[in-house]
Amino acid sequence: MTLLAPETAPPPVPRFDLRRLGLAVAAPLLAIVVALAVAAVALLVSGSNPLTVYARMLEAGTTTRSLVITVNNAVPLYLSGLAVALGFRMGLFNIGVEGQYQLAALLAAAAGAAVTLPGPLHLAFVLLVACLVGALWAAVPAVLKTTRGVSEVISTIMLNVIAAGIAAYLLTTYLQEKVAGSNNSRTPRLDESARFPNLDPVLHALGIATPQGTRLGGFVLVAVVVGVVYWLVVSRSRFGFDLRATGLSPSASVASGVSAKRMTIVTMLMSGAIAGLVGLPQLVGHSYSYGLDFTSGLGFTGIGVALLGRGSPVGVAVGALLFAFLERSSATLQRIDVPSEIYVIMQGSIVLSVVVAYEAVRRAGVAQAERAVRRAVDPEVAA
Amino acid sequence: MTDVPVVRLAGITKRFPGVVANRDVELTVRAGEVHAVVGENGAGKSTLMKILYGMQRPDEGTITVRGEPVRFSSPRDAIAAGIGMVHQHFMLADNFTVLENIVLGAEPTRHGRLDTTGARAKIVELSTRYGFGVDPDALVEDLGVGDRQRVEILKVLYRDARVLILDEPTAVLVPHEVDELFASLGGLRAEGVAVIFISHKLDEVLRVADAVTVLRRGTTVTTVDPKDVTARQLAQLMVGSELPTPETRESTVTTVTELTVEHLTVRSPDGRTVVEDLSLRIHRGEVLGIAGVEGNGQAELVEALLGLRASSGTVRLGDTDISDWTTRQRREGGIGYIPEDRHRQGLLLSASLWENRMLGHQGRAPFSKGPWIDRKAARTDTERIVREYGVRTPGIGVPAFALSGGNQQKLVVGREMSGDPSLLVASHPTRGVDVGAQAQLWDHLREARRSGLAVLLVSADLEELIGLSDTLVVMLRGRLVATLDPATTTPEILGSAMTGAAA
Repeated sequence: MTLLAPETAPPPVPRFDLRRLGLAVAAPLLAIVVALAVAAVALLVSGSNPLTVYARMLEAGTTTRSLVITVNNAVPLYLSGLAVALGFRMGLFNIGVEGQYQLAALLAAAAGAAVTLPGPLHLAFVLLVACLVGALWAAVPAVLKTTRGVSEVISTIMLNVIAAGIAAYLLTTYLQEKVAGSNNSRTPRLDESARFPNLDPVLHALGIATPQGTRLGGFVLVAVVVGVVYWLVVSRSRFGFDLRATGLSPSASVASGVSAKRMTIVTMLMSGAIAGLVGLPQLVGHSYSYGLDFTSGLGFTGIGVALLGRGSPVGVAVGALLFAFLERSSATLQRIDVPSEIYVIMQGSIVLSVVVAYEAVRRAGVAQAERAVRRAVDPEVAA
Repeated sequence: MTDVPVVRLAGITKRFPGVVANRDVELTVRAGEVHAVVGENGAGKSTLMKILYGMQRPDEGTITVRGEPVRFSSPRDAIAAGIGMVHQHFMLADNFTVLENIVLGAEPTRHGRLDTTGARAKIVELSTRYGFGVDPDALVEDLGVGDRQRVEILKVLYRDARVLILDEPTAVLVPHEVDELFASLGGLRAEGVAVIFISHKLDEVLRVADAVTVLRRGTTVTTVDPKDVTARQLAQLMVGSELPTPETRESTVTTVTELTVEHLTVRSPDGRTVVEDLSLRIHRGEVLGIAGVEGNGQAELVEALLGLRASSGTVRLGDTDISDWTTRQRREGGIGYIPEDRHRQGLLLSASLWENRMLGHQGRAPFSKGPWIDRKAARTDTERIVREYGVRTPGIGVPAFALSGGNQQKLVVGREMSGDPSLLVASHPTRGVDVGAQAQLWDHLREARRSGLAVLLVSADLEELIGLSDTLVVMLRGRLVATLDPATTTPEILGSAMTGAAA
């Protein structure tokens, strides 16, 4: 331990908090720098100049068209990240977002196509079905965990496979609409009343011209609402306090009166409900039906996004936008003979280095807090 | 036996923030000797053993092994000096064989490949010499607890240990396994291995030990020959023989019963009865002290009262039957809880002090407004506790882990006294707390008792029990075996009641 000079005055409390905030931002930044360095090595090995490539990515990624697409693609990643992050906050690992959203999107598409309702009600009905299906599918691992002690990590992973099987079966049997001249199996298209309006009028009003064929999906508003609700519930509600307490110390929270079983079930249901929304920006935004070609993999990318965001709604948003930006900006690299898979390398190294960076920053924070207390409590025995 | 001690610890002192864990401890162990170290939990046994095993460094004092002064910076150094330790909780890989577990970390290799022939021969030889009867190819998951323990011991002997530290080895064993262990210790003794035996089960210590060193409050009381002492005398040495003079005070005990427990029975997950048909009654303004050697069901009784452990029987708070209540209902119904292990049950270590203030009170005024929490109220009330209980901290935003043990405990006690509890369940409320903080916490408890709080106090500290209790009961093997008047209790009476010897 370092010997502090006796004249070192205890720092005022606000500065101490500011430094903690600095530490919180340091970790993701550090991770991104490391990831850029790792990707640079991969680029050098494959014979490209990393600086050229990064410049090109920045250029391609910041056009109006790219930015709109980035926001559109970030929306499902954000929802997926929030679903995972909610579990993380209480030490629960919902790896099953993938299966939850696939099943939810399929059944929401089928249910939405099967009913006729007036405008907003129809849309609300589709969203509700998606949330319910996601929650119910997530209830399976929750019940298995609370009654039989089955690890949710294992059960959610296995349920992903089962969900994919059920979805494929239902899609090719009961829920299929025959489309002449196409091999694609898909559900019937949703009526106009169940489609989410896009935000292009808003952009135009702001004086931003969107290029032909690029639309800013309206679902981004839903994502913002979900983010705000998430923050209110986790940071400001009694339920959120119980949730975070359980994540920090299961034994202490049980002693404080939290029911571990109830928490597991409620959290898993909420996580599943958010997961149910992941496929909807596509469903109610532009595809209007669920088919064999429906986007997959968002549930797994969401785990990385949640890790990057550390369970904070703003952090998860930054993570989702970053991943969407990297994907979009690397898409054009093929034109300069750089494989666009460089995006996968970056994404992977960000996730890996963020885990390391957060641990490093956590330790720095611990040491800093202990120093501060020691300094304030006995300035003369600071050794 | 030779006369050169194989291990000698002299003047060992170890301080942690706010508490002295070991003060001037002396321990001399000879070859071929089973040397018991006894003392209540918190007396400093585990710190001492961690120092001897190189897991912690003493602030003062010397360690001598076979006459040579040594300095250990890690268990590796201790192992190199021939000192091995068997932890209370086994550290074995279940899906490995006995042999694989034993060589793990010291794998013999030839041309870079695992070569087990030499290891096998050595294990068989050791097992035969000490009469362990362990099959090197058995899978550890197929072994019983006694066999696993022998594997742990073999693991240490395999590394050529001449000094073996056994940390509460009998805690996990059933009686016939204890007999087998003691037979094995006989084999080790005959081969000149020194065994340091940590325990607080006095009858076992007297059966097996050649010498007994007693620790109390971090320092050595004495080293005795087990032939010269009785269990009762050892118990007195452990708890201390100078009785504090209980200050004369007017009784605050009222005639209103606050807690009634009838026929409470608690079983452990493996089906043993740990609290048996226990009944007690605490009035408002009364402190009921529970004395007893640790591990006799006190912890289980406390957890059952809080609803943390399944139990049968009736528990009434005032006139209300709360037997079927959840932990939250009980806490919100007015039960305060100072847990034995504040790190495990009392605090969210990485959360701020003001968030810890809400723990256990999150559903109650002033912290909850409908479904929301009131952070401002939490901060304000945390400031109050910091002020009234003298918690030494730079602010209420610091994480709880940064505080010293005594200050953490002040926060916990302050929190549990808030929100008008009618019953306080306090388990070792001043354990691991420095003397100054201890006196302050006692004053707060007395103050609350005066204002009508009923207190169930479990403690290993005799001074605390006698100084605070209005009624003192003794718990042994899950039952209340004696009721004593703290004003007239002597260490002799208490010692014999605690060990179950006829008074």
